[in-house]
Amino acid sequence: MSEFKQEPNFDAQGRKCVIELRNVKRNFIVGSETVHALRGVSFKIYEGEFVTIMGTSGSGKSTLLNQLGCLDTPTSGEYYLDGVPVKDMKRSQRAILRNRKIGFVFQNYNLLAKTTAVENVELPLMYNRNYSAKERRRAAIEALEAVGLGDRLMHKSNQMSGGQMQRVAIARALVNNPAVLLADEATGNLDTRTSFEMLVLFQKLHAQGRTIIFVTHNPEIAQYSSRNIMLRDGKIREDVLNDNILSAAEALAALPKPQDE
Amino acid sequence: MSFTNLLRVAITAILSNKSRTLLSTLGIIIGVAAVIVMMAIGQGSKENVRSELSKMGTNLLTIRPGSDMRGGVRQDPSTQQTLKMDDYVSIREKAHLITHVSPEVTSSGQVIYGSNNTTSSMYGESPEYMEIKLWKIEDGECFTDEDVKKSAKVCVVGKTVVEELFGDKNYDCIGKTVRFKSIPFRIVGVLKSKGYNSWGMDQDNVMIAPYTTVMKRLSAQTYFSSIQMSAISEELSDEAIEQVTAILRENHKIKEGQEDDFSVRSQQEIMETMSSTMDTITLILVVAAAFSLLVAGIGIMNIMLVSVTERTREIGLRMSVGARGRDISRQFLIESIMISLSGGIIGVGLGYLASWTASAIGLPCSVPLWAVILSFGVCAFIGLLFGYIPARKAARMDPIEAIRYE
Repeated sequence: MSEFKQEPNFDAQGRKCVIELRNVKRNFIVGSETVHALRGVSFKIYEGEFVTIMGTSGSGKSTLLNQLGCLDTPTSGEYYLDGVPVKDMKRSQRAILRNRKIGFVFQNYNLLAKTTAVENVELPLMYNRNYSAKERRRAAIEALEAVGLGDRLMHKSNQMSGGQMQRVAIARALVNNPAVLLADEATGNLDTRTSFEMLVLFQKLHAQGRTIIFVTHNPEIAQYSSRNIMLRDGKIREDVLNDNILSAAEALAALPKPQDE
Repeated sequence: MSFTNLLRVAITAILSNKSRTLLSTLGIIIGVAAVIVMMAIGQGSKENVRSELSKMGTNLLTIRPGSDMRGGVRQDPSTQQTLKMDDYVSIREKAHLITHVSPEVTSSGQVIYGSNNTTSSMYGESPEYMEIKLWKIEDGECFTDEDVKKSAKVCVVGKTVVEELFGDKNYDCIGKTVRFKSIPFRIVGVLKSKGYNSWGMDQDNVMIAPYTTVMKRLSAQTYFSSIQMSAISEELSDEAIEQVTAILRENHKIKEGQEDDFSVRSQQEIMETMSSTMDTITLILVVAAAFSLLVAGIGIMNIMLVSVTERTREIGLRMSVGARGRDISRQFLIESIMISLSGGIIGVGLGYLASWTASAIGLPCSVPLWAVILSFGVCAFIGLLFGYIPARKAARMDPIEAIRYE
């Protein structure tokens, strides 16, 4: 990414720092009151980590997600994404930064209606002039194959199940080969079985070296990630590494078989 | 986003809502069709007048005597008796930009054959007059230069005169003698019919005789009422006018700075006067039709605003995967331009169809190419103008709110 200034930052094991927050605060002015959604949050996330960010509603988790996703800028403090300082960036600069370095997965999938899977996945690359139509199509097909939808390329979004739609959404988040994958309650709309299938996929991507941040209010999911950050009242209450990562694939196998199969 | 991608996105969006798109283009379709038809009628009638006039010869030049000043009072136009034989001879000899020239003296009165009579105009001309005014002889032949020399009492007559005097317009009247103002004239030819001209004058109610005959035997005058000429071509009309003017000024011994005692006008000028009246009428019609385009544009803006609100989530998604404000605004601008332009294309087609139908039932209609090009231009402009506000609204959305919009 030649258009951004890089400040490489590595830890003792030689892992690259992908995300660095330094005392990030975010205030909203609602009427005459100031709401402190984030009251000074600092952490670093390194390449290859699978981090869950947890918290109840009102804990500041959505605000933090917007910060991490460069959809918003901090009131004070610093945020470096892959070495790029985000705080003073303009709207259009942040749009390009999102396009090149972030992959979003939303709770309600947010696929384009009446559009095929492969076209949905191509969408981020449409805003990147470095990709030709051919390269875009190839990258989209690769991403769909990576999430196990190689046989559903031409299915339209309204012809797919929730799990399939979320896989398309994950493929769309992967297609630009992002520095970090940001999932916002990515299993929130899915049943237990499909949720575990999704977790299997995230663990697989983690194993391939992807950096994943998974924002959720569901404490169960923390067991399958490598690190857990707990938010409360706009502050970090807990930031722990998970030494005992459970296998989602095993949990999925242990689930009772659906009756109709 | 590249232009081809923008086009694809716009086409997909338009096609995904066909009936709404069609309804919102309806205003544009009707407006453009109206503009095209108005212009077609305007252009058609103009061409009609033009072809009418060109039947009389587009390279026609006319010299008329000027109006006199007596004691500071300007007399009626063409009252001077300044056009003489000398002028005719000089023009024939010296004016090489003039191909044909005929002096003209006119007289109007009763013409009698047997027990029938009618009122007609007698034009005293030279045989070249037939070439100048593009008259064709249907029967018999024109009088000759010899007849002119001898002031022979011969004439050619128009179809209306034949019909009035002999009861049948196809009556073989060659060799018959009719009396015009009690002077007998032998008919030597019948003119091919020209019909009525566009301002309602019967061009066939005419008799043409040698100018010498009319001057000596009918009106007893030594001057011409005008001189009719053809220039080499329509383009050279202006230069021919200059040439003739110079010759006449010399003949009439008019000093530098003094006013001409004659005027030379071309058919071109008459045509321009007529056209400018037509242009004014056309302009008024087109302005009225253009207002309907304005209203149609507001309709498109309304639909685009609804579309932007409906697609808030899509806009939010596009922004979160990296669309900049300008990518979003371009997307909606191109969409509104395409809606408006496609309406324009259908409208032009409809306009063509309507003018074709109109000309099939006899209305003079001709769609000018520039009107088609102008219509497309105006449609693109309307799309741009009325797409701007919705596009700006879309571009200014906050991605955080847009993506969670329900």
